[in-house]
Amino acid sequence: MMALRHDNHSWRKIKSALASALSMLAAVLVIAPLGLVFFYLLQKGAGSVNWHFFTQLPKPVGEAGGGMANAIAGTGELLGIASLIGIPIGVLGGVYLAEYGSARSNWWLRFVADILNGVPSITWGVVVYGMVVLTFKSFSAYAGGLALGFMMIPLIMRTTEEVLLLVPNGYREASLALGISRWKTIVHIVMKTASKGIITGILLALARIAGETAPLLFTAFGNRFWNRNLAEPIAALPLQIFSYAISPYEDWHRQAWAGALVLVVGIFVINVLVRFLTRDRTVRIL
Amino acid sequence: MPAVEGRAHAKLEVPPPSRFADKAFEWLTLAMALAVVLLVILVGWQLARGSSAAIQKFGFHFLATSTWDPVAEQFGALPFIYGTVVSSLIALLIAVPLSIATAIYLTELAPLWIRQPLTSLIEMLAAIPSVILGLWGIFVMIPFLRDYPFPFLKKYLGWSGLFTGPIYGVSMLAGGIIIAIMILPIITSVSREILRSVPNLQREAAYALGATRWEVTRIAVLSYAKRGLFGAVILGLGRALGETMAVTMVIGNTPQIATSLFAPGYTLASVIANEFTEATTDLYLEALFEIGLVLFGITILANLIGQLLLRTLKTSSGTRGA
Repeated sequence: MMALRHDNHSWRKIKSALASALSMLAAVLVIAPLGLVFFYLLQKGAGSVNWHFFTQLPKPVGEAGGGMANAIAGTGELLGIASLIGIPIGVLGGVYLAEYGSARSNWWLRFVADILNGVPSITWGVVVYGMVVLTFKSFSAYAGGLALGFMMIPLIMRTTEEVLLLVPNGYREASLALGISRWKTIVHIVMKTASKGIITGILLALARIAGETAPLLFTAFGNRFWNRNLAEPIAALPLQIFSYAISPYEDWHRQAWAGALVLVVGIFVINVLVRFLTRDRTVRIL
Repeated sequence: MPAVEGRAHAKLEVPPPSRFADKAFEWLTLAMALAVVLLVILVGWQLARGSSAAIQKFGFHFLATSTWDPVAEQFGALPFIYGTVVSSLIALLIAVPLSIATAIYLTELAPLWIRQPLTSLIEMLAAIPSVILGLWGIFVMIPFLRDYPFPFLKKYLGWSGLFTGPIYGVSMLAGGIIIAIMILPIITSVSREILRSVPNLQREAAYALGATRWEVTRIAVLSYAKRGLFGAVILGLGRALGETMAVTMVIGNTPQIATSLFAPGYTLASVIANEFTEATTDLYLEALFEIGLVLFGITILANLIGQLLLRTLKTSSGTRGA
């Protein structure tokens, strides 16, 4: 009887150790793709990232060399346009959630924002195509930026709300007690205190949309030359990577890997910057 | 002295802060917050408007027929619905056990020092754009699958009918695998949040009864978190259904309904990505808008269910804690 109980106990311990080992294996398998993608990005892309890549336009098929200068600039311009739409709406919407809304209305607004976050990115492309491209009869940088901007709104709204709620209520009370109006209290005291967190949320949203391809396919459309007019098609790094990746040319594949490496490094630099900004916070906003 | 008193008195005379500016700011922020509601309506309205003629012409046949012939203007979305559902199911089959086990490892079983770095790595995986994973899929994953795992599956599991026929590499199975990689981080991080929200009292009670670490996890934590974990899976499904670029690059883009997972397939999102700019006739474009509407409908549904499962969990655990 005693021995039986003892056996049972050691079997339970073995099971526990087994579960630990299996779950660790799962964790290794989950991060394995990250390592594999990084390895091949460096192996296949690093050799092609050079000065020309950042300064030259794409060369026609058959001519070696050339770069993605226009696509890098295009991605920057698109992010700029998206920010003009996404940041003010997202931040002020987050202010409403944190400072004004009743519990019930906030529950609904958060719910809708989270649902909106789950809308497939290609859907935004179709919607903006219907809104802008069909109306103005042209693919344009504005259309691409608008699609990305729409995607930023729920992201920024939720992070802004979270960081504003971290500001202690005493700050608000102290400011109101001094006779400072509510909106000035919010702008100058609450938002200022939380400014690092708000910026973090904005950067994360930018990092998230910088690599988006699907919403740009039929809005920004892509362009093999410089964009001189924002009402015309514009190149973007993810679009260029996509069209090169599915092309039959060896040299374009090489460029696609280089573009992918540059894009991933850009996105990771933003993420590291975010960590740097939030390093002294007790609460991580991730 | 009197002068100072006078100034102090004057300060009290300052009019109270403007009620108008306060109200204006509140209304402004409310308007911005309502943007999310307007956006949902805008998406639904644009998609419905863009596809109204196709909806009238095809009715429910659109969802139930499998001919996709733009030249003859015959449009049936069944192969795309089938491809989306099957590739998402494959993805869930792979990603769910891995993600939940990883979340368990991160919250219950891993040594403390490893938890934060591992979480950061998973966040980095989430940050890799879909198009880059697709690029890797085309040039690294597909050749590997074609040369090693696929022939192996064909040899030993070919009898099942799922792993037969010619091996091209690009296939429904490859699409499912790439979607699995895309949804691993979201299911892991949502599950991790769920497990972390399980009150420590649950664990302590089980430990006090002499349970081992795994027994604590299984009895006290997992049974408590079941519903939330289900919500995490449904949210992952929502992402899987709408995943576009990476799938488009590896699934083969052939509108057919084949039993074999080695055969190329096509998804709702992929057909929009590939054919939208090539749509030469109005009806063709309308049909693609309708595909967008179907995709929007099913992803909204998945997100709705997933979010509701997570939210009801939060409120119920809150009352239980009190």
